Amino acid sequence: MIDVLGWISLCTGVGFTVLGCLGLVRFPDLYNRMQAATKCVTLGTCGIMLGVFLKSGFGALGVKALLCALFVLITVPVAAHALARGSLIFGVKLWKDTVKDEFTDDRGGESIIEGPK
Amino acid sequence: MGRRIGYFVFGFAVWMLLVYTLHYQEVIVGIGVALLAAVLFGRNLPVEPSRLLNPVRWFWLLAYIPVFAYMCLKCNIDVALRVLSPGLQLKPGIVRIRTSLKSDIARVFLANSITLTPGTMTVELKEDVLYIHWIEVGSTDPVEAGRTIIGPFEYFLSRIFD
Repeated sequence: MIDVLGWISLCTGVGFTVLGCLGLVRFPDLYNRMQAATKCVTLGTCGIMLGVFLKSGFGALGVKALLCALFVLITVPVAAHALARGSLIFGVKLWKDTVKDEFTDDRGGESIIEGPK
Repeated sequence: MGRRIGYFVFGFAVWMLLVYTLHYQEVIVGIGVALLAAVLFGRNLPVEPSRLLNPVRWFWLLAYIPVFAYMCLKCNIDVALRVLSPGLQLKPGIVRIRTSLKSDIARVFLANSITLTPGTMTVELKEDVLYIHWIEVGSTDPVEAGRTIIGPFEYFLSRIFD
């Protein structure tokens, strides 16, 4: 039973990772790509780690897998935040259909939404 | 001093979980490394040690995990469907919301939780103002947007950290 749960968790993880990578290719600008790339892949990695833990049980391997999942959960959002903030301040353009950008408005800068081509 | 002791205990526990053996060599190295880290970085521990011992906070932390896992899974499926839909259904934007959380550590956890629920990503955290990149802007009204994005997170985090 636990073995089956482990396989389900592993497959879900791999599936979400694939979808995240697909999103990285399909989405139009840096910020949207980061949404897909950082988060689907985080859930995917955690799913894979959880699967490894369920399949190997409480042992040196399983506990390390759980700790890895925890570290990924804590560090990935911080890295994504830093990258997105740096890109915004540097002025990497937002997609042309972006609705609003209150960050640049509040900084008093010029709009960095890409104009229509 | 309390912070350093808290840091030492936490560091040593993580070390022991990582090596996962009670061999005396590993224990000695673990004590050494945890001591060094505690002396160097202990005063930067962002939580008051007395709060770490409060069981009510631990209870809320345990209650938070399934809520977070559910939100995370639900929103991930949402983004996965967006990735697969033929015409990209995107309406992105950066909105500003406010949080009522007081302590720094609670705000950081709120920002991280928002980032990990797909569709929303924190791009800047300044005092009590959060700038969120939202993949489909549902509302431009700050209060309404705040309620949609923050959801149940604030309720739990204020009980865990504040």
